[in-house]
Amino acid sequence: MSSPRTAKTTTSDLGPLPTASARSNDRWLKLAAPFLVGIIFLGGWEAAVRIMAIPPYILPTPSRIIETLVSDWPTLAASLRITLAITFSALAAAVVVGGALAILFTQFKWVELALFPYAVILQVTPIVAIAPLIIIWVNDTNLSLLICAWIVAFFPILSNTILGLNSADHNLRNLFELYGATRWQTLRYLRLPAALPYFLAGLKISGGLALIGAVVAEFVAGTGGTASGLAYRILEAQYQLKIPRMFAALTLISLAGVAIFLATSIIAHRLLHRWHESAIKREN
Amino acid sequence: MREASAPSLAPVDPLIRLSGVSKTFSTGTRAVEAVDLDLMPGEFLSILGPSGCGKSTLLRMIAGLGAPTGGEIQWASGHGGGSRYGTRDLGFVFQDPTLMPWANALDNVALPLILEGAAKREAQAAARDKLALVGLAGFESAYPRELSGGMKMRVSIARGLVTEPSLLLMDEPFAALDEITRHRLNHDLLNVWRDVGFTAVFVTHSVFESVFLSQRIVVMAARPGRIVSTLDVGAPYPRDEMFRTSSSYASLCRQASDQLKTAMGG
Repeated sequence: MSSPRTAKTTTSDLGPLPTASARSNDRWLKLAAPFLVGIIFLGGWEAAVRIMAIPPYILPTPSRIIETLVSDWPTLAASLRITLAITFSALAAAVVVGGALAILFTQFKWVELALFPYAVILQVTPIVAIAPLIIIWVNDTNLSLLICAWIVAFFPILSNTILGLNSADHNLRNLFELYGATRWQTLRYLRLPAALPYFLAGLKISGGLALIGAVVAEFVAGTGGTASGLAYRILEAQYQLKIPRMFAALTLISLAGVAIFLATSIIAHRLLHRWHESAIKREN
Repeated sequence: MREASAPSLAPVDPLIRLSGVSKTFSTGTRAVEAVDLDLMPGEFLSILGPSGCGKSTLLRMIAGLGAPTGGEIQWASGHGGGSRYGTRDLGFVFQDPTLMPWANALDNVALPLILEGAAKREAQAAARDKLALVGLAGFESAYPRELSGGMKMRVSIARGLVTEPSLLLMDEPFAALDEITRHRLNHDLLNVWRDVGFTAVFVTHSVFESVFLSQRIVVMAARPGRIVSTLDVGAPYPRDEMFRTSSSYASLCRQASDQLKTAMGG
């Protein structure tokens, strides 16, 4: 009964060399290609603005935007902090409420039947239409922004987690039944791990949506002039025709979005790379 | 009550007695009809039949997955009531390895004990023993995707044995494996069976496999699913490649094959 081990060594003997070099090549390309595209795009932009002498209040050059980012950094950084705080609180609330509701829905069918339609209504109603109401009802501006961002962010987590909890392998369910697993054991050892990849896919979407929700809600609230997140900076810069500052704020929002996406992708990879097909490199 | 007057053919009481067991699905399909079968302690029994003859359904009913719609399944006293922690005194090996992809081999094998409420350390120690028993010592931390089909099936068998059940039910466990792997697993399964001494019920559609493995072969026919004949395989254990190439093996295979043909109405 010692043969399986030999089988394993043979397969790994075939593998490493070509795979390792292919992998580093792949990683190199993954970084270099987008970087190159970025350089070409920004260089073209810079050149076009200079050659056609477009005034900065129409379209500033990338170098001018970077200058503004540096010179206005204290104001912009404070706004970035506020926007990020709202985004992450909303995302955390979406994870907790979305995840808990998903578990509740799959454990008690009648709760799902009763509440799911309202979750859908909350999802399909445009946030810009609800935001003014929430801002009127909730006195604390930051809290109202958080609620708006949460409404946008929680649905992908809810629906993905429900799908994941229901997609546990049927044979495994039989196995759990066979060994007399309790409902709690089935949840803990079978349904939650099976739902993890789905939940993480939802988290990736919700991370971006939380930021969008936070910014959109602030645009709506910003007319009241109380908040001071990045969206408010954009509105303010627009009124004052400080277009480079608008672009600088926009750049920060984009970078924040990219950072959130990368962070959620890394979390997903960390949690799944040992076992889930999505995180495994195909080798053939 | 069982008829006390019925002459007892076997010197020992059966581990499980199936009497008139039937299963009719809600669609009206008569998957299993009036099956009488005694499973003797420690025996290796194969259920041989074409696909759709209800052999898997029968096995699942013995396991308690889905109750029969007629007849009854009786366990000998002291069994069926449960193993140490109170679940049924059996292990089940599915057609697919049915492993949790997110757990390594050790945790997969330990699962039945964890579900029975055993302490993690204790469950893992037992799982380690069973992995060694099926020849997978050293693969405790391997994830299912890192294992070959045959190795996954070994993990699945180790999991079936981890509660030390009196009965191991196997539902075409090697059907998806290549012939070389299948032969090796047949051989190793017999060794484990002889070492541990559980009662084995092995569902298969392979004549050769059933003859190689079992002491007794029950042949089933479809529509409705029923037992049509029984074949005793007298060959002594250990059985190895010598037996597989012997003339007695060939003639037994011919007999089983003829019975299967009759069962299929040919």
